[in-house]
Amino acid sequence: MFGWEFPPHNSGGLGTACYGLTKSLTKSNVSVTFVLPKKLGGLNHDFLKIVFANIRNIKIRGVTSLIHPYITSELYDEYLLKAPEHQLYGLNLFDEVRRYGLQARLIAAEEPHDVIHAHDWLSFRAGIEAKRISGKPLIVHVHATEFDRTGGKPNQFIYDEERRGLHAADCIIAVSQLTKNVIVEHYGIEPSRVMVVHNGIDHKDFRHALPPALKNVRESGKKVVLFVGRITIQKGPDYFIKVAKRVLELDPSVLFVVSGSGDMEHQIIRLASDMGLGDKIIFAGFVRGDELLKLYRAADLFVMPSVSEPFGLTALEALANGTPILVSKQSGVSEVVTHALKSDFWDIDDMADKILNVVSSRGLHDTLGELGSTDVEHVTWESAAGKCTQIYRDIINSAK
Amino acid sequence: MTSVCFYFQVHQPFRIKKYRIFDVGHDHHYFNDKSDRDINNEKILHKVANKCYLPTNKLMLELLEKHPEFKIAYSFSGVFLDQLEEFSPETLVSFQKLVKTGRVEILEETYYHSLAFLYSKDEFVRQVELHRAKIKKLFGVTPKVFRNTELIYNNELANFVEGMGYKAILAEGADNLLGWRSPNFAYRSPGTTTIKTLLKNYKLSDDIAFRFSSKSWTEWPLTSEKFANWVNEVNGNGNLVNLFMDYETFGEHQWEDTGIFEFLRALPGAILKHPDNEFITPTEAVAKYPAVGEYDAHNFVSWADVERDLSAWLSNSMQHEAINNIYALEADVFATGDAKIIEDWRKLQTSDHFYYMCTKWFADGDVHKYFNPYDTPYEAFIAYNNVLHDLRLRIADRKTKRVQSKKDVVVKKKVAKKVANRAPTVHVKKVSGKKAPKIAKK
Repeated sequence: MFGWEFPPHNSGGLGTACYGLTKSLTKSNVSVTFVLPKKLGGLNHDFLKIVFANIRNIKIRGVTSLIHPYITSELYDEYLLKAPEHQLYGLNLFDEVRRYGLQARLIAAEEPHDVIHAHDWLSFRAGIEAKRISGKPLIVHVHATEFDRTGGKPNQFIYDEERRGLHAADCIIAVSQLTKNVIVEHYGIEPSRVMVVHNGIDHKDFRHALPPALKNVRESGKKVVLFVGRITIQKGPDYFIKVAKRVLELDPSVLFVVSGSGDMEHQIIRLASDMGLGDKIIFAGFVRGDELLKLYRAADLFVMPSVSEPFGLTALEALANGTPILVSKQSGVSEVVTHALKSDFWDIDDMADKILNVVSSRGLHDTLGELGSTDVEHVTWESAAGKCTQIYRDIINSAK
Repeated sequence: MTSVCFYFQVHQPFRIKKYRIFDVGHDHHYFNDKSDRDINNEKILHKVANKCYLPTNKLMLELLEKHPEFKIAYSFSGVFLDQLEEFSPETLVSFQKLVKTGRVEILEETYYHSLAFLYSKDEFVRQVELHRAKIKKLFGVTPKVFRNTELIYNNELANFVEGMGYKAILAEGADNLLGWRSPNFAYRSPGTTTIKTLLKNYKLSDDIAFRFSSKSWTEWPLTSEKFANWVNEVNGNGNLVNLFMDYETFGEHQWEDTGIFEFLRALPGAILKHPDNEFITPTEAVAKYPAVGEYDAHNFVSWADVERDLSAWLSNSMQHEAINNIYALEADVFATGDAKIIEDWRKLQTSDHFYYMCTKWFADGDVHKYFNPYDTPYEAFIAYNNVLHDLRLRIADRKTKRVQSKKDVVVKKKVAKKVANRAPTVHVKKVSGKKAPKIAKK
């Protein structure tokens, strides 16, 4: 299995998804060798064999890789300019992806496997190269497309990489029907080749007791509305700010919390202060682990106004913590949860209407929270791994 | 002898339009959706009138003319009759024609198809009285038999309604209350002396209302002969078969192409083929048959869902909050003395609003979803909650105006006193001229 990030070294849902999926796969008697492009510390996962592509490349570099799951080529160029020379082993993003692919050949020759499973575009080339060597069937797993990440203005190089991977694959897994539609519509793929496997969550990660966060705020009677996600165009942070403005016009006692970081961070902070919301919106930065759980629990409502959201794991996490959610209709997660509020991301009035009702009505809040958390109990990694296992079985059998 | 007692429920609520929180304080028209959605009350009424009311009424009239022994009963909600008057007078005329035959009984219910009995006995009585007046006005008759919203029933209700003078009350023939006994007799509630309880034979009723077109049902297709045979089988172990169902069964829940109209057309003849069968109205039924035992309903029963309880309207915390909020306004609403505010408050009591907020089977997409004009129970709640905000503002607004006008009266008196002490001036006229319209408006 080729990926590029893994907890605790993850900046988004992709690492979480790879972790949850592989953990459940190994429980259902699938042995997984997980390949990461770069040696990382702290990866002590007993259920999994992890292989670092760069270790086999003789030169060991114990420094931050430039391969970054949510990178754009403009950003990569910026990194290149800033990074010290000894950290580099590719001249540009293309070189780095190519290098990962070349290393994949060696790994494919050495590591026994029945099927190759590659997650998202940066590892697609590695998957293709591995298939070239071992001749085993290739499954590409799409967690997000370039269309989602860029708000519909794809980078040509990344789009080409994605397209190549999708066409080379023997089977494609999409994290939602929404993503399947994008793949069919924008990449020229036959619908029958794309299987939908929704993400899940590991419920026992969300059960333990924690001291409450934002205690003072809550005791003062304020209501808390939470955004969790990378602050990038895909996640719609600008819509969150606009909705906040609309809500505060009617109810000034609501506090908005933004958790996450990203390339639009400064722009969004500026937007908030330009709108005069400086003291009504808290920017909490990137938060993980128990701190994030505390934030979910402190919130009266979790809002995910994504412009394009292939899945949206954070929404499931909020529900698992008993927090009601408002998610954009343009999200994969809205396909698996019923007890959730749903709006079009651009419909500021509709979202504001829903937020104002949740913060003012105990009955609405409690019904959404209680039924929502029951609703996600069946949305598990076990179920996702079960579907993947079936796909492996089918593809291995049909290859024989 | 087996007497078949048909009662059809005819009801349409005033559904709330998509009403956002930003409409609060600006828009006081809650029920006037004009879109293509199923919350457009006029659109729905026309649709159901064409599919069900008009063709079924025509057929019923034919049957009444053809079979002098045929009899039926209806219960119309007041809000349904309001909508007929407003949107479809021809449908109203067709119902009036049926009643004129003298073999069609009309039952009593709450005007607003509400759950008022559970929350305000005073309001319950007022709504029953409003209903009685409406039936008298439109049909020239006064109902003698009561049926509560969605057949919601318990001992207390039976006793209460007896006190209001009704001879019979209808209820679901729930298995857990009947035990080994049959619904095919008249019963009475503990504590009552005169009023009798008529129980729905839910098996035979639902064979028509729910299972008629179900191809997975072993008895499908249901013919009038087969159904008449089931009725005949009651002979000897019962004397009354109460077939209670929504009128919309004909043509709306069971579409015309299922053969439901052919079934209905042939049914009276098939039943009357057996010499011991007859048709009977609820009032005749309780006059003819003595109560054979007690039907002891401590808790509420209804005819909704498999649970046959209140959970369709009152199970999640949204529903409880919404209904508590509406009844909490009662005193304030009446204090306004504003007819429009009172009417809107009452229209918001209709049970359907709470049914739309039901989350019981929402995820399974069953019958609740089919009958829900809103995308989700949450949307239904939000529209309702926003409307309540607006209603509260209107009430508060009337209150300030009343306080204001009281102050005005005091000021006027003072001014008048002062003026009386002095020589009259033009100033006086100016003051009273300015204030008068405000008081008149109140």
